[in-house]
Amino acid sequence: MKQERRVVITGCGVATPFGLGIDRLWDGLNARRSGIRRIESFDPSGMACTIGGEVPPFKMGDVVPKAYRKSTKVMARDIELAVACAYEAAKDASLKTRCMIDRGEAEGPPSVPSTRFGANIGAGLICADLPELAGALQACGDPGDGRFDLRQWGREGMESLTPLWLLKFLPNMLGCHVTIVHDAQAPSNTITCGEASGHLAIGEAFRTIARGAADVCICGGAESKMNPMGVLRQELVGRLVTGHDDQPDRACRPFDASVDGTVAAECGGLLILEELEFARARGARVYAEVVGFGASANIASWHDPEPEGTGIVHALEGALEDAGIMPAAVDLITTFGVGCNAFDAMELAALTKVFRGRSNMPAVAVKGSMGNGGAGSGAVDVAATALALHNNTVPPSLNTETADTGGLLKFADADPYDARINVALSTAYALSGNQTAAIIIRKYEG
Amino acid sequence: MSRRTVITGMGWVTPLGCDIEQVWKRLLRGESGIRLTTRFDASTFPTQFSAEVKDLDFEAIVGPELAARHATASLNSRFALAAAKMAWANSGLEADPPKRTNRVGVYFGGGEGPLDFTNFAAAAVCGWDRDNATLDAKKWAGIARAKLDRLRELEQDPNMAASHVACMLRAQGPNLNTLTACAASTQAMGEATCIIRRGDADIMISGGTHSMIHPLGTTGFNRLTALSTRNDAYESASRPFDRTRDGFVLGEGSAIIILEELEHARARGANVLAEIVGYGSTADAFRITDIHETGRGAIAAMRLAIENAGLTINDIDYINAHGTGTEENDKIETLAIRSLFGDRATRVPISSVKSMMGHLIAAAGAMEMITCVLAIRDGIIPPTINYENPDPNCDLDYVPNKARPAKVEIALSNSFGFGGQNDTLVVRRFKD
Repeated sequence: MKQERRVVITGCGVATPFGLGIDRLWDGLNARRSGIRRIESFDPSGMACTIGGEVPPFKMGDVVPKAYRKSTKVMARDIELAVACAYEAAKDASLKTRCMIDRGEAEGPPSVPSTRFGANIGAGLICADLPELAGALQACGDPGDGRFDLRQWGREGMESLTPLWLLKFLPNMLGCHVTIVHDAQAPSNTITCGEASGHLAIGEAFRTIARGAADVCICGGAESKMNPMGVLRQELVGRLVTGHDDQPDRACRPFDASVDGTVAAECGGLLILEELEFARARGARVYAEVVGFGASANIASWHDPEPEGTGIVHALEGALEDAGIMPAAVDLITTFGVGCNAFDAMELAALTKVFRGRSNMPAVAVKGSMGNGGAGSGAVDVAATALALHNNTVPPSLNTETADTGGLLKFADADPYDARINVALSTAYALSGNQTAAIIIRKYEG
Repeated sequence: MSRRTVITGMGWVTPLGCDIEQVWKRLLRGESGIRLTTRFDASTFPTQFSAEVKDLDFEAIVGPELAARHATASLNSRFALAAAKMAWANSGLEADPPKRTNRVGVYFGGGEGPLDFTNFAAAAVCGWDRDNATLDAKKWAGIARAKLDRLRELEQDPNMAASHVACMLRAQGPNLNTLTACAASTQAMGEATCIIRRGDADIMISGGTHSMIHPLGTTGFNRLTALSTRNDAYESASRPFDRTRDGFVLGEGSAIIILEELEHARARGANVLAEIVGYGSTADAFRITDIHETGRGAIAAMRLAIENAGLTINDIDYINAHGTGTEENDKIETLAIRSLFGDRATRVPISSVKSMMGHLIAAAGAMEMITCVLAIRDGIIPPTINYENPDPNCDLDYVPNKARPAKVEIALSNSFGFGGQNDTLVVRRFKD
């Protein structure tokens, strides 16, 4: 069983409030920039929290082949983010895929045979485009009392929706578009476990390659909560910070108990995972080796944090055992750090239990600068972790400077600091639902 | 040899009932679970019928305490809780609960919970600015905030059924949900098998749950022209492989199986129902709307599953088809089976229980896996009903209209999803 194939990270593609591409993320973190500002994609003035983390505009034509541009019309924002991340990830990994070849950016043949190229892309509950759907529904409703005439809708109303309407919002369409654009025909999975989706998808892709079902997998997740329904849902379930609309860059404060709540956001992160020998044979640059994956669940509740963080403890211990690594050997922790006090306390309790006896562990929390992008968040965390390890640098964690972790964690509160990072761990959990996961990566030095 | 994965418990909530044996009898009799839709007023919709779950007594199955604890669960989480409770009892684990709870995981192919349509539509209608023909997001937010319920919104997340079930059964191992459309629960059972084989869990509670019988679900599929519109003869509207088929019929429900590592099952003296021996998964990577015309993804998924089992096409005794009753699926699935099985294609019985149950979408594959296990157990293959008019494009043996006694040692079950998701499992009679 331990004769499994080794798996490395060779590319990171992200879409964050700092823009497309891993360089913008890394630069933004290190410069302590904030990607949170007043929401622009719709009028947020009716929301309790009017700020968010939006990905700056980009052109879909820049990330797909010309012949595929028509298909970008049936993509929810979540799908657009995933497709953009896939292009960025392939480019970052110098991977010649069907997309790169069709765009004239590389000469064939593709670096990976299509039947050995898989995908595992996490997704959230994709919100229907509200202006589009409301525009169709309103024709069958009474604007006075809101009563809706289902019979009129069935008879004629629904015809105002484009025939492919449903396909804009199926969670597996992130993966489907990406596999079509890049011609990936090996196993393709869509993990839908809220904020834990990215870690679970990366963990599953790690296993898929290790057992030999693919040589390369594009994996991670993407989600946008930057639409009226997405933001209102977060507000209804009590997760958003209020009273900070006038200082957006200071609003999301992981592990800072003086402010309770997170900021809704959108983001995507996709990694290129590769079997080690395959990556070496094509001379790929290796960020890190994936060595451990653990997953569990909070069985006390399906929507409230558990004070002792038992579900996260099991995920962390599972990942450490899988990697054959002692807690003392972990050099960096990328926390999930969402900014909601009870969830942050749960995570801290779990880390404190697993890493008891340790102090001043180098740590990162990225959500202070970009908010919670749901299923996209975890993979952004893992990408940031890979960059930190690769560069032996702990980037600053905006707004965690006042965090009290009982001396366990040492965040960079002003400038990035250098640290020899051999082993790094990143953890995540679903806020709605109870899934937990952890990924451990290790420096690869040939 | 890697660790072997066996099935030790099964439970389901289906349009034909919630008891394994009774539903099985109805399937063998060729009964249809399709009726006029009652979950909402579909009387003017292009499709006015579906296969609804009619007789779920949730409280009787899970008991009053759990029913109260999970009272806010959405319809599909209730389906899953009930099916999982029955599967757990069937496996003997209820009477003898596992001590190492972190060795018990969950892997579902669960759909999203139904939208709170009445309140959602009311907010959309009132929030619309007719003068400017656009949504007034501010006005909408005020109305939506007042009308929408916190917990009902929360329960729509697709991971919620897996979360509820983990709490109910104290499953603290790996917990995942996949939503690869109509292939989801087959993929979930395949990946759950991989988790047990590798040693990351000893027991996986797996399967699927879904209901899309709601206004926007039916709207979405109607707009895609994927559903049958045979409103005048709805009971026989699901017609896989028949020349006059005109689309699938929406079903709903949940099917859950208990997967267990063989030695773990033996040690507790469990009744082993069957063994999962092969799993294959591929993507068409072709179009979001169409299956690749050669069936390349489906062929590869079946071939990989058979190879993964260490078997050949000659070992397959029965194919439980995806068989949706759409023009395209049935034609290309037939072509794919022909391509892979060659001369043997005409000699392998194939059937689609969607002809009776409708299409349970994310839950379809798990429901079909249970029928495969029962076919192996009883030596009888459930029929494809409503098969009356041969189609030159579908020229294989679909076990038309009547169940057929046959020795089934090894069955293959296909699930294919929108966007080109292909998953196949091979299940075998358990032998030491």
